[in-house]
Order: sequence, then C-alpha cells, then structure tokens
Amino acid sequence: MLDDFFVRAMVAGIGVALTTGPLGCFVVWRRMAYFGDTMAHSALLGVAISLLFDLNLLLSVFAVAVAVSLLLLFLQRRQALSADALLGILSHSTLAIGLVLVAFMSWVRIDLMAFLFGDILAVTREDIALIWGGGLVVLAAVVWLWRPLVASTVSEDIAEAEGLKPERARLLFMLLMALVIAISMKIVGILLITALLIIPAATARRFSASPERMAVFASLIGALAVVGGLFGSLHYDTPSGPSIVVAALLLFILSLLPGSRGNRAEAAANRGVRP
Amino acid sequence: MLMDTRAGPQGRNQLVELRQAGIRRSGRWLVRGVDLSIGRGEILTLIGPNGAGKSTTAKLVTGVLRADEGTVQRAEDLRIGYVPQKLSIDWTMPLTVRRLMRLTGRLADDDLTDALSATGIAHLVEAEVRHLSGGEFQRALLARAIARKPDLLVLDEPVQGVDFAGETALYDLIRDIRKTTGCGILLISHDLHMVMAGTDTVICLNGHVCCRGTPEAVSRSEDYQRLFGGNARGLAVYSHRHDHTHLDDGRVLHGDGSITDHCHPGDGHHDHDHHQEHDHHGHDHHGHDHATPAGEGNRHA
Repeated sequence: MLDDFFVRAMVAGIGVALTTGPLGCFVVWRRMAYFGDTMAHSALLGVAISLLFDLNLLLSVFAVAVAVSLLLLFLQRRQALSADALLGILSHSTLAIGLVLVAFMSWVRIDLMAFLFGDILAVTREDIALIWGGGLVVLAAVVWLWRPLVASTVSEDIAEAEGLKPERARLLFMLLMALVIAISMKIVGILLITALLIIPAATARRFSASPERMAVFASLIGALAVVGGLFGSLHYDTPSGPSIVVAALLLFILSLLPGSRGNRAEAAANRGVRP
Repeated sequence: MLMDTRAGPQGRNQLVELRQAGIRRSGRWLVRGVDLSIGRGEILTLIGPNGAGKSTTAKLVTGVLRADEGTVQRAEDLRIGYVPQKLSIDWTMPLTVRRLMRLTGRLADDDLTDALSATGIAHLVEAEVRHLSGGEFQRALLARAIARKPDLLVLDEPVQGVDFAGETALYDLIRDIRKTTGCGILLISHDLHMVMAGTDTVICLNGHVCCRGTPEAVSRSEDYQRLFGGNARGLAVYSHRHDHTHLDDGRVLHGDGSITDHCHPGDGHHDHDHHQEHDHHGHDHHGHDHATPAGEGNRHA
C-alpha cells in the first residue's frame, strides 16, 4: 500500500495534522502565532547549518529552533524592544541568513523550494516512520502536560501558586514546537507550517465547548484539510503544500457560514448564559 | 523585628511566614521589609493605597514571585487556593465554569456543585466563562479556589465587581470557610470600608508595613465609635495620615524633612494624633490618607 507515492503522502500528511492540532490550539490561545512563525523560519537556518557541517538535518533544525526560542525569551527579559519587534527581527533575519548561507554553498545543490513550500509527494517510508514516531512522542507529552499548559494559559499566577510549575510546562512546550517544526518541514514547508498550526485550531473553535474538544477537533480538521488538499493538488495539478493550506482555509470559511453547527451551538450557549 | 505576641497556635500551625521580605524591580523596591505570618484558621487582611505592594506581597506568599531580600517560608506541601487580582482569558479558549473549576486539579462533582452553590452561581455551571459578568466571574474564581479545600486561601480583592449585597454575603462566606475548614486566609482589600470583622490581623501596607493590629481593638476604640457610630457593624477601619514618604532607595523622607533608613514610631519623625480628621466615606486611594487598624496593636516595622 505504501508503494504508492500518493498514499505515502496521505499517511504522512495526516500524521502531521494530528500532531499540529493540539499544539496549534495553544498557539492560538496564547497568541503565539508570530512566535511559531519565527521558529519555523529559523528552520531554514537549521537546514543551512546541517549542510555546512554535515549534520543530521532534523537535529540541526530542532536545535536551531530551540536556540532561537531561548534567545527570544532572553531578549524579552531584557525588555529593550517589544516582543513584536523582536519576533520580526529574529523571524526574518534567521530566514535571510539561511538563504544566504545556502547560496554560499555552491558545492551542494538543494531544492530550496522543497524546504520553503514542502515536498509531500517525495515522502519516504523513513519519513513516515519519523512523522508518526515523533508525532506520538509529541502527543503523549501534550497529554502529560495538558493540565499545567491549560491552567497557565488561563493564568500563569494561579498555575504557579497552585503548584503546577508553569515555567517548566512552557519550556517543554517550546521543545515540542521545535520538534513538530522539524518533522513537518518536509510536508508543508517552512513558510506554511504555521498555517497548519493555526487554521485548523481556529476552525475547531466554532465547534468546541471545551479546550479538550477543541484540540481533538483541530487534529481532525487538519487531517481533513490534508486529504482535501492532496486530492485537489492531484486533480488540478497544483503544488501540494499550498493546496493543503488552501483546503484548510476553505474549511475555516465554511465554518463561518451562518447556519453551520458551530454558530447555532454558540447562539444557543449565548441564550443559555444570559437569559 | 516584629513578633506576634498574641497567644495562639501560630508557632505550631504556621502556614507561611515572611521575614523582612522585599521585591525589587528595575531599581525600585515595590515592597520591602515585610514581616507577616499566617497560621491555620487565621485571617490576615492587607490594606493600603494603590501601588502599596499588596498584590506583590500576595505573590510573595503564594510563591509566584521570589523575594529579592529577606525570607519566605512555607509549610511543607502547603495547598494554596488563589484568586488573583487580574485575569484575562483569551476568548478563543472555550471554557465553561465547570471546566474552570477543574483548572488545576481533579474535583468530584459534588464538591464542584457545593462550591458553586456557596458562591451563589450554581445555575451557571455550564455557562461559558467569557459570557460571565465581572461579579459572576469573581464568584466563579472564588468557588474554584475554595473547592480545592486549600490550607491557605489567598484572595486578591475577591469581591471586585460584586454588588453590595453580594459583597457582604461573600465576606460572610469567607468567614464561614475559615470556621468550617480551618484554613488560613490572606485577604487583600483596596476598599478601606470593608475590612472584615472576622479578620484577626490587619496590616497596612505602603511600600512597607506601616502598621498592624486587630480589628477588635479598632471596633472598641473611641475613634472608631465616633466615626462609624451604630452603622459600624462589620466594619473595622480607622484612618491616619501618612507623615512620611518612601524614597526609591528604601530610605524614608519624613514630614519634618529629615531622611532616615527606616521608619520607627517614637523617633520624633512621626505624627499620629489626628485620626478623627478624616472622612472615611470620601477617601481617596491615591492620596496620603488611608485607613489602618487602630489601638494598641499599632506597631511599626
């Protein structure tokens, strides 16, 4: 079954979507969209470093993403610039340094487009093993960290006072983000990873009455977007990564239409709360 | 160094103790030299003007902030229930009151319902938190904190946004909780009228501990009777004028123009016999007047 490149793409894409769903919810709740973007963009610097020093690609991408997020935390503590401006500086400069480094290395030929926009149709069995293995690790960690993460999203102070160690949860969450970026880079590409984090989570919001349900729905909606996007890309002969993001966007727009289940549920909730 | 001289089980049942604790941020002391201790079954109320360091002191007690100076000791495995002063939940997180109640730990359905009934919002259990009014939200936060059955309740202005009748009911509830569960309570009030009658000790903060004492002493005092007369039930405040200012480096500028390292009563810099001059019903939190407990418990750190 996995002999077919299309089936491999489907299995890999669904694996990534299931993983990005719950993480994406936290990105949305904690308003970390730009932060996720910055970590993703730094992945290209990781790619360049891996080529330059002949290191494992995944490991270097992961390490650079972690380093950038730690650097960001450090700079935020100094409070010299707003978080917004710092993110803008780090996001684009890491991407630019990565591009410049790659251009310098005339001895290697790499398909830059594959890194930037993904190359899901070239997924191998090893990639699938990595995506599902890594994805299960990420999901297990999210389940384990669920209560501290949700509690500190609502209030860092309550979480700290009541012994949930929010700082540790936040740090581990960053490692998980870096891991997800490293394993999903090949599927949707560096520039589009944040879309797969945010759009399914935002879509799931309309249908969810609890954080837990929103996380599960985000995974399922992401998987649906992968399936729809891949079939669309096959049918219209469009690039697969962007097609997945377009499919996710269409699902989001669909969820906004009046009369959809989410809107009715919300209207009912509003009536129930304030009679 | 301040010692609690009242007889009682404080030594054995001490939940938390601050000694000369201070917090410094960007070269400025938010609060400094705070001595306080809370024991089981004890209610301690912090009052003081805006920016006096009340919330900062509460965060020292809960461990949200670490002291830059002095020590903070907490009993082992101290279980805290915390209602912070400010809390904003992003509307993108779907959160019902039921889910909020289980924010930091498991909770049996019966305990959940009991706590919500106690704060008067049992009917809102399935409501989304973002649709609650300010007062309802405070009740939900209070219910969440007490449902944990904590050893120490830390309530930072727990009745903000609650209507007047509800305010009294919630203060009664807080007193009941102390009686039934025997937990210690740290209560912060910016409303100088509402110092609970059940309070054991009141500490007046203004960047440091200005004074402290029992509200019972206040209620019996002549000043208090004159100020509040027959309407004084449940209220226990009196007022004094701030005759000194705290400088950024922690030194004290006195009304007479002198500067000392600390402020001590009876050092000739203070002026304390003007209680009856103040209008308690039109007090200004930004001004220099503020209320403190009166009587013999009035001591300076």
